[in-house]
Order: sequence, then structure tokens, then C-alpha cells
Amino acid sequence: MARLNPASLTIAQEIIGRYPVPRSALIPLLHLAQEQDGYVTEDAMAHIAELVGVTPAEVMGTCSFYEMLKRKPVGDYMVNICNGISCHLLGASELIHHAEDTLGVKPGGTTEDGKITLEAVECIAACTEAPCLQVNYRYRNQVSTQDFDKIVDELRAGTVGIAPHGKLAKVRQQVREDRWSGVSPPDGQGEPAWMVRNPSTNGDGS
Amino acid sequence: MSTPAAQDLRIITSRFDVEDGHTLAGYERTGGYAGLRRAMEMAPADVHGEVRTASLLGRGGAGFPAGVKWGFCPPGVWPRYLVVNGDESEPGTYKDRLLMERDPHQLIEGCLIACYALGLSQCFLYVRGEMAHAQERLAAALNEAYEAGYVGANVLGAKDFSVDITLHWGAGAYIVGEETALIESLEGNRGMPRLKPPYFPASIGLYGKPTIVNNVETLANLPWIVSNGGAAFAAMGAESSTGTRVFAVSGHVVSPGVFEVPFGTTTFRDIIFDSRYAGGLHPGRSLKTFIPGGASAPWFFEEHLDIPLEKATVDKAGSMLGSGAIVVMDDTTDVVRACHNVVRFFARESCGKCTPCREGTSWLEMILSRILAGQGRPQDLDLLMDVCDNISPGINWPPRQTTICPLGPSAVSPIASALERFRGEFEAYLPATAVSVTTASGVAS
Amino acid sequence: MSEAETVVNITVNGQPVEAKPGEWVIAAAERAGVYIPHFCYHPRMNSVGMCRMCIVDIDTGRGPALQPSCMVAVTEGMEVDTTSDQTRKAQDGVLEFLLLNHPLDCPVCDKGGECPLQDQTMAYGPGESRFIEEKRHFEKPIPVNDLVYLDRERCILCDRCTRFADEVAGDPLITFQDRGDQTQVNTFPDLPFSSYFSGNTVQICPVGALTAVPYRFKARPWDLTEVESTYPNPMGDRVVVQASRDQVLRYQGVDSDAVNWGWLTDKDRFSFEGMASELRLRTPLVRGTPLGQPDPRGNELVEASWHQALTLAADAIRVAIDDKGPQSVAVLGGARLTNEDQYVWARLAKGVIGTDNVDAQLDDGLPADVVLGMPRATVNQACTPGGTVILLAPDPKEEQGTLYLRLRHAVVNDGVQLIELTPRASGLSQMAAFRLHHRPGEAAAVAAALVGGDIEPGPDGDIGGVSAADVAAAAAAIANRADKPITVILGRPSLAESAGFTVDAVAELIGFANLLNAGGRPGMAFLPVLHRGNVLGALDMGLAPGLLPGRTTLAEGGPAMAESWGSVPSAPGADARGILKAAADGQIDVLILLGADPLGDFPHRELADVALNNVGTIIASDLFLNPSAALAHIVFPAAGFAERRGTHTNLEGRITAQRQIVTPPGTARADWAIATELARQLGADFGFGTPEEVWDEIARLAPSHRNLSLEAIDTSDDGVVASDSSIVFSPPDDLTPLPPVDAYSLRLVSSRRMYDRGTLVQSASSLAGLAPTAALVVNPYDFSRVGVESGADVQVVSHVGEMGLPVVADPGVPRGTAAFGYNHPDLDVRDLFDPDAVVTDLRIQTR
Ligand SMILES: Cc1cc2nc3c(=O)[nH]c(=O)nc-3n(C[C@H](O)[C@H](O)[C@H](O)COP(=O)(O)O)c2cc1C
Ligand code: SF4
Ligand code: FES
Repeated sequence: MARLNPASLTIAQEIIGRYPVPRSALIPLLHLAQEQDGYVTEDAMAHIAELVGVTPAEVMGTCSFYEMLKRKPVGDYMVNICNGISCHLLGASELIHHAEDTLGVKPGGTTEDGKITLEAVECIAACTEAPCLQVNYRYRNQVSTQDFDKIVDELRAGTVGIAPHGKLAKVRQQVREDRWSGVSPPDGQGEPAWMVRNPSTNGDGS
Repeated sequence: MSTPAAQDLRIITSRFDVEDGHTLAGYERTGGYAGLRRAMEMAPADVHGEVRTASLLGRGGAGFPAGVKWGFCPPGVWPRYLVVNGDESEPGTYKDRLLMERDPHQLIEGCLIACYALGLSQCFLYVRGEMAHAQERLAAALNEAYEAGYVGANVLGAKDFSVDITLHWGAGAYIVGEETALIESLEGNRGMPRLKPPYFPASIGLYGKPTIVNNVETLANLPWIVSNGGAAFAAMGAESSTGTRVFAVSGHVVSPGVFEVPFGTTTFRDIIFDSRYAGGLHPGRSLKTFIPGGASAPWFFEEHLDIPLEKATVDKAGSMLGSGAIVVMDDTTDVVRACHNVVRFFARESCGKCTPCREGTSWLEMILSRILAGQGRPQDLDLLMDVCDNISPGINWPPRQTTICPLGPSAVSPIASALERFRGEFEAYLPATAVSVTTASGVAS
Repeated sequence: MSEAETVVNITVNGQPVEAKPGEWVIAAAERAGVYIPHFCYHPRMNSVGMCRMCIVDIDTGRGPALQPSCMVAVTEGMEVDTTSDQTRKAQDGVLEFLLLNHPLDCPVCDKGGECPLQDQTMAYGPGESRFIEEKRHFEKPIPVNDLVYLDRERCILCDRCTRFADEVAGDPLITFQDRGDQTQVNTFPDLPFSSYFSGNTVQICPVGALTAVPYRFKARPWDLTEVESTYPNPMGDRVVVQASRDQVLRYQGVDSDAVNWGWLTDKDRFSFEGMASELRLRTPLVRGTPLGQPDPRGNELVEASWHQALTLAADAIRVAIDDKGPQSVAVLGGARLTNEDQYVWARLAKGVIGTDNVDAQLDDGLPADVVLGMPRATVNQACTPGGTVILLAPDPKEEQGTLYLRLRHAVVNDGVQLIELTPRASGLSQMAAFRLHHRPGEAAAVAAALVGGDIEPGPDGDIGGVSAADVAAAAAAIANRADKPITVILGRPSLAESAGFTVDAVAELIGFANLLNAGGRPGMAFLPVLHRGNVLGALDMGLAPGLLPGRTTLAEGGPAMAESWGSVPSAPGADARGILKAAADGQIDVLILLGADPLGDFPHRELADVALNNVGTIIASDLFLNPSAALAHIVFPAAGFAERRGTHTNLEGRITAQRQIVTPPGTARADWAIATELARQLGADFGFGTPEEVWDEIARLAPSHRNLSLEAIDTSDDGVVASDSSIVFSPPDDLTPLPPVDAYSLRLVSSRRMYDRGTLVQSASSLAGLAPTAALVVNPYDFSRVGVESGADVQVVSHVGEMGLPVVADPGVPRGTAAFGYNHPDLDVRDLFDPDAVVTDLRIQTR
């Protein structure tokens, strides 16, 4: 499994181009690798290390810090059931137990058919919709156990319009050459022109 | 989510009911980008002045006045950066995601205004990784705004005002919401908070340069403030908590929801019980406790209901408004489980940098799990408190830290609150004839 | 820090303390004798404030508050309380937290007995554990490289090793991985922590998480005896040598401000294995019969008594003098000996035998007058914040590891600007301000332009292969920083070319140096990087043609020295190359090898070969029977590092003590004693009974060392720097001629790698395997030119020899140049050198 393929590489270069320091692109590039392979392969990490000019160990250090970046294959669909306090109060535990029974896996496990990986996750910022869950980071609100079974059936039938794990946003930032004003590297560059035009009184703290 | 039609003046959620409010067309139709135009007619310093006058408090948790923080940029040090904190992960908190999904252009306009006012030459929009839809909405909005000339080279055709906004994704780590961890993460590192001092990234931040970190909601207020004037904003709400504020009320209430209310004048009782808002508890239930400002905040009870949603007052009462997350628990709540739930969160989200937080929070979690499993020992309750005391000496509010950032001490709040008020419920979990177990230390010499 | 600096007055536990501005509280307290417990803090690295153990009450006027003393800088009037109840409680709490998941397997831990965590636990820790939950588990020790094991269960995540790898060594190959209480230190899968400096992480690990393979389970700290000493490398790294049962088991770096800051290279740290090798010489050897009977006509090396060996040696020398005169006796080597050893051999050769055919270098360094005739810098001078360093030497990372670490720190943290004036990239290139990578043999042209101001580009707009613009920019940069010290790191950048080219470059620089130095500016000085441990001591002690001990010449210091010695040679003798040429012509009857292996080290092996086979009698004094010593007729077993007392001279001229902790193997003796004995056999009584007596004579007779007392050297941590020199470098009248390179050839650059075929490395089991395999390195651009792929096996042909090897791409090698390690164990680049050519040109043929 693979380094970034030509298509990904083109996008990677675009992303790197939006940061004054290449290393800042690390997390977006890791997402890109995950989008390509469904998880972040070691080859991809090594490739990304080359692209941003750090060691593979440094990429691993960053990659392993973040929960969304999987370093082992997962199911086509990550089903993340929220176990935050608000969902907890409205039956998250019951929902999780129900999920364990219907899917036959514990949180962190993947179903035999390799379709679904179950996770019990911390608050996903939908507290007023408790109990809720995400399928590949797409929300499902106020989920009853019946709703859950329905969701699972749809996922198994592949009748939900949700891309397999790794694909995050369907829309990417895209900027035409002539609209991009250019990154601001930390060294060099004086006071921005518009500030010079109207002398700034900032910084006096008052 | 419910946003009752009949509501007081809404500033930043005004487009939530507008079908196409998230598109450039819808945004422009409803007065979008007027604030930016207005700002660009003013001198940057005067824009900053308006924000000072508005005395806009940060909405990310710390509640620090934005205008003042902006003033901390050391003069003559360039470039300066803007980092938007869209990492919303504090349990119970649900507002920034809506602001990004429903009104992305408002946030973008806010960013542009901040950049114009302070000479910030590039903006990084850090969006929590799990919020795929918010990322799409922002990406789409940015693409439109770039094409339409609002963002990028020569904003609105201005010869000398150009700002790029880079949309950045997180990848799942609550601690990255802490502003210095956010910057570390944005630099491609593990999201571990930086040592203080410097106390504000405004002096030394991204790439070691002056950096303004503001919360999504904070920035979303800027277009209105510039269009209508800081004074008009300050006129709303209370003396020291001005404007409006968005609160998410969740948990055991009839109609949980996200409500924008006048800041500082509304009370907890209003927002929890008023039918225009959360509509009170379910029939036959009584209030046990509620979290006034996110998982990090000490819990409030019946007697706190008439406190206004006003920073100073809530602080004085021994908790915080934090991230505007109100979580209501009624009498059916198992406090021990609720407490464990919150502690587990902090244990799981500790970045691991400081010993007391890394080891202490997970120890607390293990003890609570053991108690819940019926394996508790009489001495465990005091042990819990003493471990808390070693993480946050004195267990005061605001917490004293033996750690780099407040996450560790935050795990103390729920335990302190719950144990103090509901010790009996903890004891009820202890086996009738609990025998005390200890292991001898095995340090060899 | 200098006295000039103001002090910050604070109190620690009520006692007034004068702290330095900007100093961390923990450091100020330490100097005041108040120890604040800590794990992550390390004085040579940035504070991270992770362990929180150093938390104490600090009152800056707003009342006492718990703060980590490793992150808080002293301020006037600050009151520090390290004993308050809440301090105690906080520290106990942190310690308890650290022990929660610690296995407490002290009885089976290398660190047991010298473990800060264990000590803290004794001193502060709560008696019994309140933690009854399941401890964290990791796979027990995993290798992070060939030399270091990591036990993640013992690790307390202090970030020391990972910070060292990143900040100090610049090899971030071990990092924190995962998060929260699952955080662990690890490498990238199958990508080991390959760093020349990994052993330092073992030394600074505050627990037993990192252990060194060569030391694991070897001893318990309480069985160890130790002495402070000086490692015999040109940097003169300060070390503690630890031994048990008369066996050296460990070297630990000592934090010397002036020198190595506590760091060591793995090569040096683990070289003790080689010293204990079975291959060490234990008794004298002489030629004899297959039955082991000593017999001058025999062709076996057989064991002999010291008496037999010494008389045979003396006889041979006497006969040689009688037949062909003193010049028919020659001495090669001695660069690895102590100053005392070197002095006595020098006196024997020049004062008793009367030959000046003496050279400690093997034509792989620089002429003595170039080294001794320059204003000498110190390492701290070179690292002065804001200063300038010009690299006119081989890669310090490969040749002088701890100097590399000091320079790296200076460039990365203290704004020192580095200018590479080298034929290829070095380990410092990434952080260099200017990379003036010239064509082999053309350093002088670039040097001239750099300091001479007159920059006239050659035909293709460059100077010696460097763009004129770059040279101009660098020249300007030097001028801009002329108010700060300028240091030239001076060495032999390539052994594939004549030393003459480097000498020519120095000749260009010295004028500028004198100019600056006259102007009362901080000025310009030189820091010589030469090969072999005490080579600079050897030059100081006169083990070079034309020189006498004390940095003086035969002509100048001869008369005075003759007074004390009785006589000195009348005329300067030959250097190593001259000696071997003479030997090849049958003019040398006795060749004395002092730890020298011309066959292995002299750049022209066939010349060495012919020479050694034409010498009547070879006398070798050595630790090992190296290839050259194997040809000897008489072999003296010598005592080595830690087996004898003496002094050492480093590249600054800094003289520090070397101390003995174990007895030499067999009947091996210190060289000063061997030389003294041999002198007596030749009828001269030096009267030396101890190395101290030798030093007293050095301090009496050697001009540059006059009155340098042993007490002073012994008592001061950083030793004593001998600075004055009466030797003046006189630039050669005409430049070394540079032949043109034809369009199809690449010009060769060859320098040493850290791990090589050197005897000591190869006798250290842990290091032997680390030498890289040979490959020819060329610029990617040249691949198309010569029409091969990277990694392809090719045939390289010079006009004296050829060999097959892989060729690899590296943009760090300039176009038209090829690089090839000098001392690979597998392929010997010297087979391509032409003894009569000043450069080596190669053609690449695909196979
Ligand atoms: C553990 C921790 C988590 C935080 N999480 C967030 C967050 O998710 N979003 C946010 O805006 N601020 C968060 N903050 C607060 C930020 O550090 C910072 O104060 C804020 O983004 C500043 O923006 P403001 O002044 O506009 O509020 C967090 C702070 C801490 C200590
Ligand atoms: S308190 Fe916890 S989260 Fe904050 S820096 Fe320390 S270890 Fe990390
Ligand atoms: S030594 Fe200060 S925090 Fe570790």
C-alpha cells in the first residue's frame, strides 16, 4: 500500500502551496493519504515526510496524536456513537450496547464483512440532538435503537450516499492563481501596505 | 435543532432560517459584506477602536475582551497571522459548527475585518476534523468569495489590501482547541500546548510571529459591530457582558436547542425553563444539577438558577460560562456515572505532556470505573479528592495548576462538584462490606 | 558568563543568592547548593516543563505560587521556597504520578543505584503505592538502533532523548507517539535511530528506559570505580572512565563548558570494547623460529622478554647509525600517545639517535608549520554568538563529532554564520549561511575572492566552480560581522588531492587574518581539525620534521635544546612521504612505528608497501598487531587509554589530564617508559621514573609549555591552554599547479567517515558493523552525462587503478566531482590514487 498517487500528489502540492511553511500541511496531507487508501499507510507517511521535509518519525509523531488518522485498515464506514455527557444523559450507553449486540463487535472493532467499524467517541458537537452518531463524520441525530438498525441496513445495502472511510469533505478549497495573493512567510515582509496607508496605532495595548 | 421564531434580536444567528443563507447570493441579499465595505472605508486603527468600544468578550471559553487582546500585538513586528479557532469540542458545546455550516460568509467577513484592522496578512481557518459538512460549507463559501473578489488578491479591488484565507482541517484532538496547542497543530506538530509565558500568542504565536487566535463566534460578531458601531453592540446585554451570546442547552430539557440571547441579562432560569428557549424539564422531573459552561466548569444547582448569564457574576458564583454550553441533569441522573463520563473525557483527551494530567486524570477515571463496577473501597472517595488536590492544589476556583494548561485541572471540577454535593450516591456504590486493599511499594535499593 | 554581567538578587529558602540574568530558577538554586528535584530539565537543552517535578513556591511579589523552576527565569527580589508544605505536597504528588505506571523493576535495571527516579523516591516519595489499578504495558525492551535498547514501561516521558535527537544531534528519528497516558517514545517502523550520537540519550535518560547494548547487565553502579579523564580524540572530550574488576566498562561524557558539554560520539563512547579486545598485544614480539625461539633470522613473530626485544632494537639502531648515519633511522606516528610519551620519543629520536626523519602524521594531515603557525582559536571563540565560522576542512560530523555538535548549536541557536569553503556538502550544510562548494583543488581561488575583495569570475562566470555572486555575498557577510570573531576550521578536506591546495588557501586567508588581528578586532583565528587522537600534542612535542618540543624549529630552538639534550639534528629531515620514499630507495635501515599503520593509512599504499619491505628493521610500538606492525621485526606492546597516566593536547592547544584506572594487558608498558628504556640501552639516561617527571622537563624545556604546571592542569576542569608559538607559517613561493580535468572525467574528493576500517572500531564488536559500504557519490546532473542510473554498478577508472562499485546520486556533491569515502572496510579508494599526481580524476564505465 501506497505512496501518494499522481492525482493525490497534485492536490498535495496545491495544499502545501497554501502554507508559508510546508510542515503546516502535514495534517491535511495525512487526511489526503487516508482519503486515498482508507487509512494512513507507512509508505504514505514516508512520502509525506519527503514532501514537507521532515523525518518519517516526525510524521508518525504527529499522525499518531490524532484520533481520526487511522494507521490500520478500518471498515468502509466508521460508525462513531457519541458518548459525550449530553448524549450520555439521553441514552448513549444503551445505544452503544445495542450497537455492540447488533454488530457483534466492541467499540474499536470491525464487522466480519469489513463494512463497519464501531467507535464510542467523545462529544461531536450535536448535544441538542442527543443521542447522536456520525457515519464517516456525517451526522445522524436523535438516534433510537430502531433508527440505528435502519442505518446499519442501509450501510450494508450501500444505499446511503456516504463515501467510504477516508473521504471527508466533498468540496475542496480551490483558488485560481490570479486570485491568490501569496502566502506570508514568517521571515521577510514588512508592514502590510494597507496599514502603511493608514498608520496603525495598534500595539499600544490601550 | 429548534430556533423559535419569536426571539429577541439576533445578530449572528439571523441567517439560520434563511434557506440559502450559506451561499454568497443569500448572504449578499441579506446585507452580507456590508461590514467589510464599511471597515475598508475606515482606518484600521478605527476598526480596532470599534471592537474595543463594543467590549466584545471572547466566546471560546476564556472570555477575554477581543479588543484588548488585539492590542497585545507588539508594534512593528511583521507578519502577523490570524488563526480561527473552529475546533469546538468541549462537551455540551454546540454553536461554532452551526455558525460555520449555516453562515460561513459571516465568519469569512469577520476574518477579513480582523485582518484589515490589525494588518494580519494571512488567515488560517482551523476547523475541527470531524465536522465534514462545516468544512464543505466553508470551502464552498471561500471558493465563491475568492471568485467574487472578497478574499485573496486585492480585496474588493483595493490596490493595497490582499489577504488569503487557508482552510485547515483538524484530525481529532480536543486539546487542540487550546490556542497554543492549536498553533502547534497548525505547524504540523503534535497538538501539545506551549509553555506560558508568553501568555498570549499575540506576542509570539504561529511560526513565532504575532498571532491573533479568536473563536468562530467571536469573529462572527465583527460584521455586525462594524456595520452598526461598537456602541450599539455595547448597548445590548449587560454592562460587562455585551451583545448577544449563543448558548446550547442540552440534556434533560423538553426542547434542547441553540439560542442566541442578550448576553448578561438572561438568567439560567429563563434559558432553561422559558418556553421560548429550552422549555423546562420533563413533566414530573426536578432539577438535580446543571453544568453552566461546558464540561470544564464546576456544576451549578437549584440555588444558582437566578444568576444571569453574565461572565463576572458566574465567575463569582464559582463556575464559568465557558463555551456557552448548558447541560441540564434532572433527578433521574446517576451522578456517579455522569461524573465518570466527564472525567473519562479529560483522561482520554489529555495530551500527555504534564505528568499530573497524563497520569492523574486516567487514575481518577480508573478509580471511578472501579467504583462503578462495585469494586470501590471506602478510602477511594478521599483518594479521589487527594488526587484532585495533586492535580489542582487546593481544588479552588479558578483552579490552581500544577500543569501547563487548564485541561488537567478541568477534570477536577466534576469530581469536586459531585462528591461534595452527592457523596451519598458515591458511597451507595461501595460494596456493603468493602475491605480496604493496598499494595506495598516495590522500590528496590 | 563574564563578571561584567549584572546579577539578579533572589532568595532561595531565605538565603540570598546572586543569580545570572535570564537564568532559570532551578539553575540558580543549584549553583547556590539547593538541589531542586527534576527529570525533564537538562541544562544543555531547552526547557519543556513536562515532568512538573521541579515545581516550587515562587514569590514575585504577588504571594507564593507553585511554578516549575525549570521554566521561570529569575527576577530581582524573587523569593523561592523549595521546602514549603505545598511544594512538598506537589512534588510528592508528581512523584506518585510518575511511579503509577513505572514497573519498579530496579533490581534488574541497569540504572538501579544511579537512578534519579529511584533516588527521588527514597528522598521524597510516599511510602506505599495507593495505585491498585492495572499498570500500562509495553513490549519489553526494543532496540532503537544497534547500540541502544528502549524499555517503554520504565520511560517517564521526560522528552530528554527525543529533545536530544532533535535539538542537539539534529537526528529526529525517535519521537513521541500516540497521546495522553498511551504516549510512548519510538522510531518509525524499520527506520532505526541511526545517529552518531545515540549513546548520549542513554547517559541523559533519568531512568533505566534507555540502555546501551555494550553495557547492559555488565555491572552495578556500586561495583564501579571511576576517574575523570580526557578521551584521546582531537577535541579532547572530557569523560569519566568507569571500571570494575580491572576492566573498563563505560565512558560517560563530562559537561565541560569549554569542550564537549557532556556529549560523546558513539564511536568514542563504545570504543572501550576495543581496548579490552583479545587482539591486544600483551608481550613483546621478535622474529624467531617456527618453534617459537627468538632468532633474528627467523620469519615468525614470537614472544620475547622485554630485555631481548629492547637489546635487539638498540642493536639495530646502533648498527644503522654506524653504517649509514642517524638519518637512516626514521620514526613514523605517535599521534595517539600522551604528550609525555611523545616528548620522550622525540628526545630519543632527535636528541639521542640524532635523526630528524620524524613525522607523527602520515601525509593525511597538514604541514606542521601551517598548523602551528596560525593564530589558534578556542571552541568557545568559534561559537561566540554572532560570529563567523569558515569551514575549510573535512566534515566535522564525520571526523570530529563533538565539535560538530558545538558548531551546530552555535549556528542554530546563537546566530553564528557558517560559510562552507569545501569541495562538497557537510553535515552542517543545511544550516550553513553560504555553501561555497568549489571544484577539488580550487579552494585557494575562492578563499582569495572571499577575503581579498577582488572577485573576478572565470570564463563561465564562476570562481573555482562557485558562482561569483555567492562568493561576493559571503565576502560581504564576513565583512559585516568583522566585529565578531571569525574562525577558520582548518583541515585536509580531501585526501585525493595534495595538501598543497589547502596550504595555498590558507596562504590567501592569513593575510586577511593578520590585518584583522592587527586592527585590535576580535579578529580571525584557526581551529585545526586533524586526524588521530593527540596529533596536536605530537606537533607540540616535536614529532615532525624540523621541529622541536614547544612549537619551535631546529634552527630557532635547536641551540637551546642542544644544551639540555646534548645534541639535536643539524638539518631538517623528511616528512612521512619523504621517509617512505627514502625507505623505498633503501636509505632507511630502521623504521620505528609508533601506533602507526602506513599500509592502512598512508594515502599511497603501494609506496608504503615497497617502503616497508625495503627497511632492514621495523620496530613497532602498538596496542594491536596492525598490518604494518605485522611486518615488524620487533614489537613492543604499549599501554593505551586508561591504562596509563599522562596529559593530552586538543585542537585548541588545551592540555588536560588523562588518568589510569586499569592495568595494561600482559606486560604492556607506557610509551614514555619504552622510549626511556630504549634510550638507556643506547647509552642515554633520561632519568624518567614517572610521567610527572617527564612533564616537569617539558615545562622546563619546551618554550610554548614553559611553566605550565601539572597542578594547574590537574586541578582546573577545563585544563590549561598553551597558546604562544614561535613558528611562523611562510606561504610557499608558488601555488600548487592544478592540471585541467578533461570533459569525460570527474575529479575525486575523498575524506573519512565516522565508522571505518580503523583498528579500534573494528575491534569493538558493537561498532564494527556500522561502517557504511563503499559507493561513488556524484551529482544527479552527472548521471545523464556519464549515462548511468543511480544505484547502478559501475567501473571507475583512474590512470593508476580501477574498481567496480555502485554509484549513487547526491546533490551535495558538486557537478563534475565524485566523492568516495577514504577508509571503507570493503573497498580501498587509495588504489585509485597516483602518488605523483596532485589530484585524482576518474572515468565511469558502465558494466
Ligand atoms: C483545554 C482547552 C480547550 C479549548 N477548546 C477551545 C475550542 O474548542 N474552541 C475555542 O474557540 N476555544 C477553545 N479554548 C480556548 C482557547 O484557548 C482560546 O482562549 C480561544 O480560542 C480564544 O478565542 P476567543 O478570545 O475569541 O474566545 C480552549 C481552551 C482550553 C484550555
Ligand atoms: S494539562 Fe494536560 S492537556 Fe494540558 S498541556 Fe498538560 S498534559 Fe497536556
Ligand atoms: S524539570 Fe521542570 S518540569 Fe521537568
